[in-house]
Amino acid sequence: MADNIQLDVARYSPERDDSPSFQSYTVPLRKDWVVLDALNYVKDKIDGSVTFRWSCRMGVCGSCGMMVNGKPKLTCATFLSSYAPGPVRVEPLRYFPVVRDLVVEMSDFMTKFRKVKPWLVRKQEKPISEGEYLQTPQQLEHYKQFSMCINCTLCYAACPVYGLDPFFVGPAAIAMAQRYNLDSRDQGAEERMDILAQHEGIWGCTFVGECTKACPKNVDPAGSIQQYKLTAAMHWFKNLLMPRASK
Amino acid sequence: MNVPVSRSAPPHTPYHPRWYRTRVSTYWWMLQWSYFRFVLRELTSLGVAYSCVILLCWIRALSRGPEAYEVLEKRLASPVVILLTVISLLLVLFHTITWFRLSADAMVVRVGGKRVPGVLISASNYVAWLVVSGILAWLLLR
Repeated sequence: MADNIQLDVARYSPERDDSPSFQSYTVPLRKDWVVLDALNYVKDKIDGSVTFRWSCRMGVCGSCGMMVNGKPKLTCATFLSSYAPGPVRVEPLRYFPVVRDLVVEMSDFMTKFRKVKPWLVRKQEKPISEGEYLQTPQQLEHYKQFSMCINCTLCYAACPVYGLDPFFVGPAAIAMAQRYNLDSRDQGAEERMDILAQHEGIWGCTFVGECTKACPKNVDPAGSIQQYKLTAAMHWFKNLLMPRASK
Repeated sequence: MNVPVSRSAPPHTPYHPRWYRTRVSTYWWMLQWSYFRFVLRELTSLGVAYSCVILLCWIRALSRGPEAYEVLEKRLASPVVILLTVISLLLVLFHTITWFRLSADAMVVRVGGKRVPGVLISASNYVAWLVVSGILAWLLLR
């Protein structure tokens, strides 16, 4: 294995650049290094002005998502050696506005995320004296996969629909809505249906399926959206056939 | 260090950072094989539409009597139409197979509290396809 590898990093400074450009750095190619280690090496030893987000370094916080050779990846979980002999191209997450270098603006996602009410909605809370809301392992299994989402937004960077239609609610937010809909303790499915059974919601998805491939936590947002579509279609049919039943 | 400042760049302030937005290329679907495959799958709907139109033509000819049926039969026997039919058959097959594969992701069936594996859901689609085809073949060929 070669001793070094070239890292091509996208640079953008809002103060002086019209558009991003690439800057190349040579970093040691160590077997145990991930792309984030290489970026930290650049920041510490070569160029302190390179800006990027990171925190946990173990695939939990979801803040180090970037495009590595054109694919959305958590850079803390992407080994440098997989790209040998290089070069490795590191860019900010696709389809998001770039704030600086590799840092993207995520407010759009956060707004949409909040819109789907990603919390337990109860029509009426039971008194504390009655104890907690119990759940069986089977009930937990219904939504557990979707609860693994770490909000890294790699799925948004993989989704061409989000790139083309910025109003699209997007994979992670819909998967999270489904996570709560399938929770036996939740009663907010109707409220979420109003938000998601729209063109910019589940029906905007054309099932490209790239979100599921990009997800580092195996959440399967594409699957969750299709399942939601089926639920929404059944709901619509039920209302059509038995209009009074839903009232 | 002398930092070059772009003339066209509006001034940056802490309260209004100037974000860079990338425009999605019109040819986005050609830039990645998985995107291209997706567009190909969508385009196979044209084959499905063509097959539906031909089927409607058959039904219309049937309702008009034996003469109309024979005229349509002759028209459909021309080499160009045969080629179109073969292409549409291939498109419909591609569409059907990919759809059956995707149905495994879209449907969650639980038996005894456990989720039925996707392979079984896809397989049940194929079984249903074979049964319907068998019934149709029996009706037409008996």
